[in-house]
Amino acid sequence: METARAKAMWIAVSLLILVWTVFPILWIVMLSFKRPGEIGNQRGFLPHTWTWENYRTVFETDLFTAALVNSIGISLIATVVGVVFATLVAYAIARLEFPGKRLILSFALAIAMFPVVSLVGPLFDLWRDVGLYDTWPGLIIPYISFALPLAIWTLSAFFREIPWEMEQAAQVDGATTWQAFRKVIVPLAAPGVFTAAILTFFFCWNDFVFGISLTSTDRARPVPAALAFFTGESQFEQPTTAICAAAVVVTVPVVVIVLLFQRRIVAGLTSGAVKG
Amino acid sequence: MTAVQPAPVAGLRQGRAERSDRSRAERRLGLLLSAPAVAIMLLVTAYPLVNAVYLSMFSYRITAPDDRRFVGFGNYTTVLGDALFWQDVFTTFVVTVVTVAVELVIGFGLAMVMHRAVFARRTVRTAILLPYGIVTVISAFAWKYAFDLQSGFVDSWLGLGDRAWFSGRWSSLSVVVLSEIWKTTPFVSLLLLAGLAQVPGDLGEAATVDGATAWQRLWRVTIPNMKAAIMVAALFRTLDAWRIFDNVYVMTSGQQRTETLSFLAYRQTITRTAIGLGDAVGVLLFLSVVLIAAVFIKGFRVDLSQVRGDR
Repeated sequence: METARAKAMWIAVSLLILVWTVFPILWIVMLSFKRPGEIGNQRGFLPHTWTWENYRTVFETDLFTAALVNSIGISLIATVVGVVFATLVAYAIARLEFPGKRLILSFALAIAMFPVVSLVGPLFDLWRDVGLYDTWPGLIIPYISFALPLAIWTLSAFFREIPWEMEQAAQVDGATTWQAFRKVIVPLAAPGVFTAAILTFFFCWNDFVFGISLTSTDRARPVPAALAFFTGESQFEQPTTAICAAAVVVTVPVVVIVLLFQRRIVAGLTSGAVKG
Repeated sequence: MTAVQPAPVAGLRQGRAERSDRSRAERRLGLLLSAPAVAIMLLVTAYPLVNAVYLSMFSYRITAPDDRRFVGFGNYTTVLGDALFWQDVFTTFVVTVVTVAVELVIGFGLAMVMHRAVFARRTVRTAILLPYGIVTVISAFAWKYAFDLQSGFVDSWLGLGDRAWFSGRWSSLSVVVLSEIWKTTPFVSLLLLAGLAQVPGDLGEAATVDGATAWQRLWRVTIPNMKAAIMVAALFRTLDAWRIFDNVYVMTSGQQRTETLSFLAYRQTITRTAIGLGDAVGVLLFLSVVLIAAVFIKGFRVDLSQVRGDR
């Protein structure tokens, strides 16, 4: 049915989309290979002279390496704890009859709509009182609670599709409860849990508001906050190229995850929101 | 016969007792499994919110804790009577309306392409998803540097000479909006893609047979049939854009009258440490979010039961 002209149009549109989505990323990469001195002198897209200098700067700056360790550690811990909590809730919602089920789902929805900035002031106060200010747990706790809604929706939508009868079937066939769970349910549930983990990780990795408000030093400051505070190696040098090198470093894992798990992410983002 | 009769009754009773025992156990387990998640969500939202409402009644700065005194709704009248607040409300409103409108249109286009793409389907989907994963702060830096006078290429590519984008209110805001659109349109397009998948294909065919043009099919068949998905996407993105912060912080720091509501609340509490006043702005921001959500849910009848996942 598709005529040659329509096909050419689709190809053109697809290429346009590719350029639109990849271009800013490519631009950051280009900046990261420019010499710091090029900023303010040559304004092209491509580097005038290519250099690894910025990457060296970035990995020699304690501010950035500490932030990278913080970001990775905090995001991973928040992801693991958050996904475990969300899995428990989603299992309960998909499998058990109990009062308050709808209330929990509505509450999660309310959290997802919550203006984070409204909480920053009081949390700042509270965290300073209880000694959580500028610590890993001080960020992990808010990350978990704001990532939970998406994880809960994704997982409960996913768990509802699992044929739970198979567990009993396996037991009838002579498997123990543990075997039935491990050999039947775990493989069925794993993709959903994994998708929720990716979405939770992205959420934590992306945070900025908590990162700048609830930290004050290298102890817990994550990368996005560190980038915003980075003013350059010396006061005579533009921080632009170094910031971009750091940005590339934290973007690489994201791009790899997207390339590898594109399908899972699409399924996760849509399953919770609109049933496809 | 009479001797046998009691047996089934006893059995039934026993069954009922067993069932209610089991349902009680199920209830307990359900609440137990939900407890950790609910507890942590409450800890981070409910208590601080109540605290914010309480502190917003005081004139209170961290730097001078001894001067703290009760002022009732004084902070609110200060905020609501301040031209800066209304300027920020207007900025936030414009940013929200423009971003959401543009994103719905582009997002719909992207969804159509993902739905029907014949060419490099996987590559296109992956490309569309990329901005979703990019850290907002990094997207902000990318767009800022692209338009910046020191480093940017946009001026020379468009032949604009030395146009200083960040020296004017609306030109700064358009770059902010561009960055926001780039970063969040993938989310919109995925929601709309799921909506497109729900439009029955034979409806479109029937319309074609009846002689409808592609344009008519779009407006009379496709869009009405995916209204639920469109409204959900609009609601989520409206609330998200209304809370815009990262882009403004990185690109303009609120200079050139580009401050948004979230930025104002942040600046009062964290930068100026005027906790009472900042919390009043925060509470007003919270109330405005509730109001927007209510308008969407009651006014436009957005069906969120699907979003919540309870069918």
